[in-house]
Amino acid sequence: MAPRAGRPTPRMAETPSGLLNAVGLQGPGVEAFLTQELPWLAERGARTVVSIGGGTVAEYTALARRLADAPGVTAVEVNLSCPNVEDRGRVFARDGSSAAEVVASVRAATRYDIPVIAKLASDVADIVAVARSCVDGGADALAMINTPVGMSVDVDTMRPSLAAGTGGLSGPAIRPLAVRCVWQVHAALPGVPIIGMGGVTTGRDALEFVLAGACAVAVGSALFHDPYACPRIQRELEELLTERGFDRLADAVGLAHHPPGSGPRGRTDLEESSL
Amino acid sequence: MAASPVQVTGTVLTTRRVDAYHALTVVAPGVADRTRPGHFVGVAVGGPSTSMLTRRAFAIHDVKPDYGGTVELVFTVRGPGTAWLADLRARDTLDLVGPLGRPFPLPRDPCTCVLVGGEYGSASLFALGDALQQRGCRIDFVLGAPSADRVFGALRARRMGETTTLTTEDGSLGMRGKVTDVLAGVIADARADVVYACGPMAMLQGVTAVGVEFDIPVQVAVEESMACGIGVCMTCVLPVIGDDGVTRMVRACTDGPVFRGERVRFEDVGTIPFDALGAPGGRHA
Repeated sequence: MAPRAGRPTPRMAETPSGLLNAVGLQGPGVEAFLTQELPWLAERGARTVVSIGGGTVAEYTALARRLADAPGVTAVEVNLSCPNVEDRGRVFARDGSSAAEVVASVRAATRYDIPVIAKLASDVADIVAVARSCVDGGADALAMINTPVGMSVDVDTMRPSLAAGTGGLSGPAIRPLAVRCVWQVHAALPGVPIIGMGGVTTGRDALEFVLAGACAVAVGSALFHDPYACPRIQRELEELLTERGFDRLADAVGLAHHPPGSGPRGRTDLEESSL
Repeated sequence: MAASPVQVTGTVLTTRRVDAYHALTVVAPGVADRTRPGHFVGVAVGGPSTSMLTRRAFAIHDVKPDYGGTVELVFTVRGPGTAWLADLRARDTLDLVGPLGRPFPLPRDPCTCVLVGGEYGSASLFALGDALQQRGCRIDFVLGAPSADRVFGALRARRMGETTTLTTEDGSLGMRGKVTDVLAGVIADARADVVYACGPMAMLQGVTAVGVEFDIPVQVAVEESMACGIGVCMTCVLPVIGDDGVTRMVRACTDGPVFRGERVRFEDVGTIPFDALGAPGGRHA
């Protein structure tokens, strides 16, 4: 709700094929966001998915209410990787019931035609259980994964590289972890739309997420390396789909789950060979 | 930002060693013709399949119109990314995004300017000096470093500046000491109206203190570690006092790298001051 100054610097440390960050959700607060940033985005024709975070269920709800009648909000993403002030700082995403409570209250406060997306953390005991709780709480879609917690120590200064000590790890280093999470959740909840993210830098990476069960793909850290990564990845993904004979992306979603032979074409082959 | 940045694949024209530093000239048309003194570029390192995800930010030392426009970067090897850059040869390609940041503001009327550079921070001062001289300004240089081989551009400063004062901490070139030890004398002798400075944070703090004593404006270009250089990642922030008197954690890449020295809270860099907007437990929270 209020402006946040974030964490002290250094906030970022590069690691092999990734980076650690501890920015601490610096932001101008919801009022400045609604009066300045959201209209700026809307002017440029951007469809904005607003990510909200809070320390209590009440703060999430209040944020969702402030966004409810704001023009230019395409969807609301609930960042569940925030420490819960009322639960000794344990993050919401670690506990299915508190995650579901947040999602349910945000869903209730948000306009019916705006989807609510729950963003899940990967470093939990059972991501499928948390995903199921969020869907039961009313999440229209799931976004995964948020950055797993990592750390690096600078051997020259002999101190942690980040001022905050630990930070979220992102980039291609976490892609296998993210693909595993998407795979497991799609297998358990095949009807729930998943936004896959974590180390997507090329169209091939995006297709990997789609085949594992994501119906949309998000790009983050790659933008630091290549500001034009999004249009490039989209172009590469389109080419890959065309090459493989897909007319639309939806036909490729979760395809890696189906063993060869279970598809319509495979069955025909089997019938022919059995003749 | 006056000019919107572009991403280009530049071709390395020349590489050279300058004392303790490396200098790289890259053909980068769209970048070169928009660059103003104080701008910087974000460079992707490690080639197409690199494991180094973040861009390296470098001040633009020189812009020349050859081959449609070239930019020259000066850097020192500090890790695997800059080591890769140092190994580049002519005709290699380099992915650049630029020009980035807000350039040095220039005075409307001719005045006397002291340009202070620490180590290779002086690299961005020569294009500034050219621009100031074109406006009829008198310029005086003060360049310093720990040792003689790390003072960048002493010869060029001597050619350009009305006076040039060099300092080294070990006394191997010019006066023994730091730039801040001689700056007050240079400002007084030149009757300077404004100070421009680029270099390590501690030096900028010292230079600002001297400028405040003389009650003249100081423009500092800060060096903060950045991941993107385009305002997205929020990692290059430092506490700066705004026009309204409120301290905010602002981005060195898009709000800077040039700031009014007296607005930067140097003693609080690397922390979140308790009275900054949105500080944990602060009065604005």
